[in-house]
Amino acid sequence: MEFVETLRKHDCHPLKASRLETLQVNVGYKCNMSCKHCHVQAGPSREEIMNKDTMQSVVTALANSGIRVLDITGGAPELNPHLRFLIEKVKSLGCHIMVRSNLTVFAEAGMNDLPVFYRDHEVELVASLPYYLDKAVDRVRGEGTFKKSISALRILNNLGFGVDAGGLKLDLVHNPQGMFFPPCQARMEEEYRRELDKRYGVSFSSLYTLTNMPLGRFRKFLQERNKLDSYMDRLRNSFNPAAVEGVMCRYLINVGWDGTLYDCDFNQMIGLQLCKGVPKNINEFDAVSLSSREIAVDEHCFGCTAGQGSSCQGAAA
Amino acid sequence: MGDYYDDKDLERFAEVGKHSPDLFKKFSEWYSASLKEGALSKREKVLIGLAVAHALQCPYCIDAYTKDCLEEGLNLEHITEAVHVASAIRGGATLIHAIQAHNTIDRISM
Repeated sequence: MEFVETLRKHDCHPLKASRLETLQVNVGYKCNMSCKHCHVQAGPSREEIMNKDTMQSVVTALANSGIRVLDITGGAPELNPHLRFLIEKVKSLGCHIMVRSNLTVFAEAGMNDLPVFYRDHEVELVASLPYYLDKAVDRVRGEGTFKKSISALRILNNLGFGVDAGGLKLDLVHNPQGMFFPPCQARMEEEYRRELDKRYGVSFSSLYTLTNMPLGRFRKFLQERNKLDSYMDRLRNSFNPAAVEGVMCRYLINVGWDGTLYDCDFNQMIGLQLCKGVPKNINEFDAVSLSSREIAVDEHCFGCTAGQGSSCQGAAA
Repeated sequence: MGDYYDDKDLERFAEVGKHSPDLFKKFSEWYSASLKEGALSKREKVLIGLAVAHALQCPYCIDAYTKDCLEEGLNLEHITEAVHVASAIRGGATLIHAIQAHNTIDRISM
């Protein structure tokens, strides 16, 4: 496999976890949106949803492991009916909780009290906003989504999210709107801050820039245009060994909606299981063996190690 | 007859160097150096590249510099304004030559 060969060439093979800081939980693939770049291929018709028993196992794993950060993703996590149960339980353990939200879900029926719930539980919100202009965002995420996102950001700002450096955190996520790489994260953050303030009067804490992974709907988009090979070539040619150090699989473990453990959400989507010798399910969670495990890799890993790198927390290099 | 322009030909650019490698090497080094961040940022340089590409109407360069602009976080507003600048200067450069025609008329007329 070429990614393994590349790691070997740079003395990074086998890629191993360096610690275990974060438990990332995918609570289901259901979403009110069907974004063109989504690696999960999430949408309204997806039925894979984490049940309450599996959530209880997540709580138990956190309580016994010493991991202090829970990172909740989806789909739209808010469409899991047990989300509030999970947040309440984990908050009582004293953990820091992050929710990856699409922002537009707040406009759905029965969701209007969610921002207050998030505030009361001091949740850090990591929100998708691929760009600061309406046309660019609506093209990728669907007509009218930018307007809904700005309304949600205003509500969150009014509740204290993304306003003060020491206050509630509201991070935004930028990703390219096509088959090109993301810009420099620091410079793009400056531009988002200036433009979102000037145009809409909204603020945020940090911006993360992510590379589009050649998986899910984005992979189909590349295949339809006969560009998968050229995109993969660019990823390979942009391999940056410095980015390997910061990729999130080195300090995170990912849990699927059915409780299966993975090295990351991308591996989950292609069903790439953990390497041998470590527990495979949240019910058998063992932080000690998982914190130094060998990480399962495949060709899509070039997506996280290209250029400035890309991790769940943005640029990795 | 096939198309004069094929986007795959851009990847074959280095083949030009087969016939005069020293000159092509000098061109490549000069090209790379001129696009590096300096007194001007990378972003300013790719916008200049995009504007020049349009003024020269080079489809290879338009493809390449549009992508470069997007990778610098620029958007359709930036790109369209840059092309307007190139077009306006091209238009102005044509129009200013009307003075040449006027001068000629003055010179040859009674």
